[in-house]
Amino acid sequence: MEFLQQFANALTQGSIYALIALGYTMVYGVLRLINFAHGDIYMLGAFIGLFTAKLTGAFAASQNSVAVSPFATILIFIAAMLGSALVGMLIERFAYRPLRGAPRLTVLITAIGVSMLLEYGGQMAFSPDPQGFPALIPERNLVESDGFSLSLVQFVIVGAAFALMIGLQLLVNKTKVGRAMRAVSLDRAAASLMGIDTNRIIAFTFALGSALAAAAGVLNSIYQPSIDPLMGVNVGLRAFVAAVLGGIGNIPGAVVGGLLMGFAETATVAAGLSQYRDAVAFGILILVLIVRPAGILGRSVAEKV
Amino acid sequence: MHQPAQLPLFSRFTLLSTAVFIGALSGCKAPETASTGNAATAGNTVAAAPANVAPAKPYTGENLVIGLYGSLTGSTATFGTSSQKGTQMAFDEINAKGAPLDKKLQLVTEDNGSKTEQVPAVVLKLINQNNVLALLGEVASSRSLAAAPIAQRAGVPMVSPLSTNPKVTQVGDYIFRTCFIDPFQGKVMAKFARENLKAQKVAILTDVANDYSKGLTQFFIEEWNKTDGKIVARESYSQDDKDFQAQLTKIKASNPDVIFVPGYYTEVGNIAVQARRLGLKQPLLGGDGWDSPKLYEIGGKAIQGAYFSTHYSPQSKDPKVVKFVGDFKKRFGTIPDANAAVSYDAAYILSDAIKRAGAPDRAKIRDAIAATKNFQGVTGTISIDKDRNAVKPAVVLKVQGNEGVYVTTVKP
Repeated sequence: MEFLQQFANALTQGSIYALIALGYTMVYGVLRLINFAHGDIYMLGAFIGLFTAKLTGAFAASQNSVAVSPFATILIFIAAMLGSALVGMLIERFAYRPLRGAPRLTVLITAIGVSMLLEYGGQMAFSPDPQGFPALIPERNLVESDGFSLSLVQFVIVGAAFALMIGLQLLVNKTKVGRAMRAVSLDRAAASLMGIDTNRIIAFTFALGSALAAAAGVLNSIYQPSIDPLMGVNVGLRAFVAAVLGGIGNIPGAVVGGLLMGFAETATVAAGLSQYRDAVAFGILILVLIVRPAGILGRSVAEKV
Repeated sequence: MHQPAQLPLFSRFTLLSTAVFIGALSGCKAPETASTGNAATAGNTVAAAPANVAPAKPYTGENLVIGLYGSLTGSTATFGTSSQKGTQMAFDEINAKGAPLDKKLQLVTEDNGSKTEQVPAVVLKLINQNNVLALLGEVASSRSLAAAPIAQRAGVPMVSPLSTNPKVTQVGDYIFRTCFIDPFQGKVMAKFARENLKAQKVAILTDVANDYSKGLTQFFIEEWNKTDGKIVARESYSQDDKDFQAQLTKIKASNPDVIFVPGYYTEVGNIAVQARRLGLKQPLLGGDGWDSPKLYEIGGKAIQGAYFSTHYSPQSKDPKVVKFVGDFKKRFGTIPDANAAVSYDAAYILSDAIKRAGAPDRAKIRDAIAATKNFQGVTGTISIDKDRNAVKPAVVLKVQGNEGVYVTTVKP
């Protein structure tokens, strides 16, 4: 029973990582850039969610133990995803696009700079203190027995994460804009010659990845209701490891990598080695880079973005 | 769309070097363990200080310049900001009534960003550039331990308002504190769990990246082992973690009567929410690291009914406390937490010592602080013992709504 509970915990955490890892992998796919600011977009999503919750009264309702209306919850998700998508596009437009022709190391350093700007700017704007997050999803258990309980929150996180991932897969593989994304990913110059507005597609990719990260930010904040401007640092790094683990640039790979990270982490902590959580994550990263640099799904799957 | 079977060599290198770089970056967030080993003797710890610490220049300032180093930003920012507010209010009151030696007390504050590794730099700056007469700080034990060897070598008296880990004042004879220490706090909570809550089985969830939490765990266990109670689970986490499901699942399987969580408010509210969701209904217990309004905001419903030991209760009817709480609320708009209250007392104790020293001479001030007896502060009657620790009572509060309601006082 304890195993089943840990399995549920791992699946929930892994879904969050997978959602964030998708953003890393998509941006890498189109630009060959590790967007280090991505973890901070996740943080920003959580904060936009919090502010929307305050505006709609959901925060006050939650503090007074009143159930939040599903309408407000959906509105909060939409606001966070749209807001973060906008920020993602702005970052791309003003930080990365001017460096399109520059050496990749330059862009990488810029990405780290943007990340720090968001982290420390966030500390100035939101205060560095951790803040509570409203219980947007009612706290109740779907299954409750002595050794195992599955909460509605966990169910929603896993369900929403998978729905978003399937939606993304459809978008990339079945739509025109998805086809354009794949084309840009394969060869940007050729795609441009074929009449694809590559700048628009790259901006769209950033928006999409940022919206997924924001959804992960809000979902995770409901699950673990303490948010602060540095919350994206560790989660972002773990999701980055997940993306590399699955095969960076590969969408199903990011999902597999994210879930594996969730399981590896839960197993580490359940074994009583919580302080080695990060050591395990980075150990996995180094192992993957040495043994199988293309990642788990990097070799066999043909489709990528 | 074709995925290359292998990334080109260039990108393999880039990724690997990126990984190493990231490892270095995440090192900035390394656990706050300033020192390890329980019996760090004074000599040992001082030896760990940077070798370039010279004795401070004799004090020549016109005003009495006091340096406060604290966490004004970063993960435990309320520790620093509350502490600064309490200190500033005390200094302003003292200056209005007439500061010691017919000079003015002047506060210079430096922020360490809640990072242990930044502490030596800001403390050296206060000593070398601002030439402070004395130092106030830190709240977090790990950070006080980073500063203490420097203050000791430079010969600058340092008064930590709120670092409860015993090792802090063991660093040397210039290091003082105005709070009780963890052996006492651990004892208080172990006794409270056994005698007041009649608990038999306890589970412990420790922040292993935090000297304070590790110390409190150790002393709780020492006291608990003297009773007939059992420890059924010991789990750990590291500061800045957000996910505690795995640890709490194991705690649940051990079926304890109470859960002792000697961490900081930054994680405890989150732990409470996740514990309740897993169906853990047992009372949570903790120490003074819980004492922040943020605890109630993050913990909400889940933290209700939890107990923690701390330095004072803002609901006390003592006229000194009533006046302090009223003045603080008027000036800052919030009820002062324990950080603010103890820092306020620390500022008064320092000022009192400067007055008794009779001159802005650091060695004399050190002797005067050491001689503090029966000082009437807002957090109780404080005496400094031979180990430079404060001897004073602790209170146990129970979380109800958005505040801690007074349960009992435990005298040393």
